Amino acid sequence: MKTILSLIAVLLTLPCFSQPGANDILDRVDRNMSSENRIMESSMTIHGRRSSRTMTMRTYGVGETKAYTEYLAPAREQGTKMLKLENQLWIYSPSTDRTIQLSGHMLRQSVMGSDLSYEDMMEDRKLTDIYEAKTIGEETIDGRKAFILELTAKVEDVSYHTRKMWIDAERYVPLKEELFAKSGQLLKRTTLTDVKQIDGRWFPTTMVYKDMLKQGEGTEFKITSIKFNQPIPEHIFTKAVLRR
Amino acid sequence: MIKFLIKGLLRDKSRSRVPIIIVSIGVMLTVLMNGYIRGFMGDTIEINAKFSNGHLKVMTQAYAENANQMPNDLALVEVSDLLEKMQAELPEIIWAPRIQFGGLIDIPNEEGETRAQGPAMGMGVDILSEKSKEDERLNLSRSLVRGNLIKSRGEAILSEDFAQKLGVEIGESVTLIGSTMHGSMSMDNFTLVGTVSFGTEAIDRGAIIIDIEDARVALDMYDAASEILGFFNEGFYDNDRALEIANSFNATHPDDDEFAPVMKALGQQGAMGQYVALTDVWAIYISMVFVFAMSLVLWNAGLLGGLRRYGEVGIRIAMGEEKGHVYRTMIYESIFIGIAGSVVGTVFGLFFSWLIQTYGIDITGMMDGGSMMLPTHIRARIAPADFYIGFIPGLFSTILGTMLSGIGIYKRQTAKLFKELEA
Repeated sequence: MKTILSLIAVLLTLPCFSQPGANDILDRVDRNMSSENRIMESSMTIHGRRSSRTMTMRTYGVGETKAYTEYLAPAREQGTKMLKLENQLWIYSPSTDRTIQLSGHMLRQSVMGSDLSYEDMMEDRKLTDIYEAKTIGEETIDGRKAFILELTAKVEDVSYHTRKMWIDAERYVPLKEELFAKSGQLLKRTTLTDVKQIDGRWFPTTMVYKDMLKQGEGTEFKITSIKFNQPIPEHIFTKAVLRR
Repeated sequence: MIKFLIKGLLRDKSRSRVPIIIVSIGVMLTVLMNGYIRGFMGDTIEINAKFSNGHLKVMTQAYAENANQMPNDLALVEVSDLLEKMQAELPEIIWAPRIQFGGLIDIPNEEGETRAQGPAMGMGVDILSEKSKEDERLNLSRSLVRGNLIKSRGEAILSEDFAQKLGVEIGESVTLIGSTMHGSMSMDNFTLVGTVSFGTEAIDRGAIIIDIEDARVALDMYDAASEILGFFNEGFYDNDRALEIANSFNATHPDDDEFAPVMKALGQQGAMGQYVALTDVWAIYISMVFVFAMSLVLWNAGLLGGLRRYGEVGIRIAMGEEKGHVYRTMIYESIFIGIAGSVVGTVFGLFFSWLIQTYGIDITGMMDGGSMMLPTHIRARIAPADFYIGFIPGLFSTILGTMLSGIGIYKRQTAKLFKELEA
């Protein structure tokens, strides 16, 4: 009898061993989503209350601290450049030939009228560095099994105190995300689709961001090409490049 | 008998001149005060109308719901067609499209880096088109402190306090960092050509004024406007007519489309609506208090006039004149006095009101540091009521005073008359 009970106990604990811990899941997500550097071309379609408009851009990024984006279209935005170095952000406007550093409340403004803020764009840190994760359940999204993680900030300087993430249980990429303020208010919702294997990692290539405090249908961000670990000249990440 | 009474009044100056002067002064003050109170309260409405509310305002329904946030993403589009239609349908209204916007003013140094920066409240107004009356409406020429007004595209005016805070001089370049109608960040350079001071801290602490076409380019608002303000040709706000126009306009536009235009009379626009309602009540209330006070004065004058003629009445009764006849003739006389005094007083009251309406009383010196949008000149405003309001104290109070004092006639006893007259 004792043997049977022990066997049942062992069998009951088996699923716990088969499912990785929440922080392990988050670490695997980081390995997919973060990279040493990347060169990306993307389009951003902003679905406003009245109309939709699309802009295209090219982005160079190195680790968590350096990023440079140049808008390629439409004509009104063409030539607008953004440079992020550490926690500073500059914007260059070709029509005025001025470079303006954004700080304070301006970082919370929307990027080109989208559902993303400059703060969102600047946040490149690994999730494991800034959040403590806890698994709170499982769900199936578009036929794929997903772990539901609840992330709570372990550092002060984060834009969102809490996140709820649906992580593909097989590929370890986020499929859905909800971002909350410290008060518990839902601020943004993101859905990530078109997951592709690129350079040996799974990566979602379409993301729909929805600012829950804003009317409109959200912002669709599509990655048209992305290359990881490419050589990027150092001069790209200098202020001088903005006025070229 | 009337001729006889008038002759008597004209010949006995003590019965006509002094009472008419008293009634005239009282009536003049009543008419003047009425016009002055209406003018002052009306001026506060007008200045707010000129700067932000208009006598009528057309916006999209969605914009109207959040108008204080200046949501230009919800602005009116295809404005030229709408303007053309409104001009044809409502020729009594002058329309002025405006773009209100918030943003930052950034002043570059020689290397193009930020030297100074400050938050601004901007206004894109039609300054450059030939028919525009916006300069006069916003009192720009008179408010100019340094430089000159906008004469060509790419020029901007800042409020003097703001320019001083930023340390920017006339001729320097300023960058407006704003948000386009579609939410993108916008940056545009302007040449500072002048500074203005409106005497109102609320505007003076951070205003930038540019031509509406420049604002359209800067904020990506081609043929769009945040709002279209309408002003009555006569220059004064008429709440009843404005409500009538707004209701009729709104009845012809769908209310289920959040981007359909909606018209609001000034009296329907938030705090100004309450002020308009209050103005109506307060103007009547203050005027009535003054009319009542003047009525008491003139009533008293009527009473005194009656009492002063105590002896005369006694002699007339002693001579056999009927008491009722004496009483009636005194009332008739007071009617003549009241009419004459009211007419003279109304004429003078209207004249002084017209002077204050035309030239105004300069109170600029009292406005320093004010945060409310108040007029720098107090002006009276003549309205139809001023032509008759003086008759309430002037005519009725004089008659009432005489009627009350005349009651004493019936208490006089013939037997005692001679004794009274001897005394």
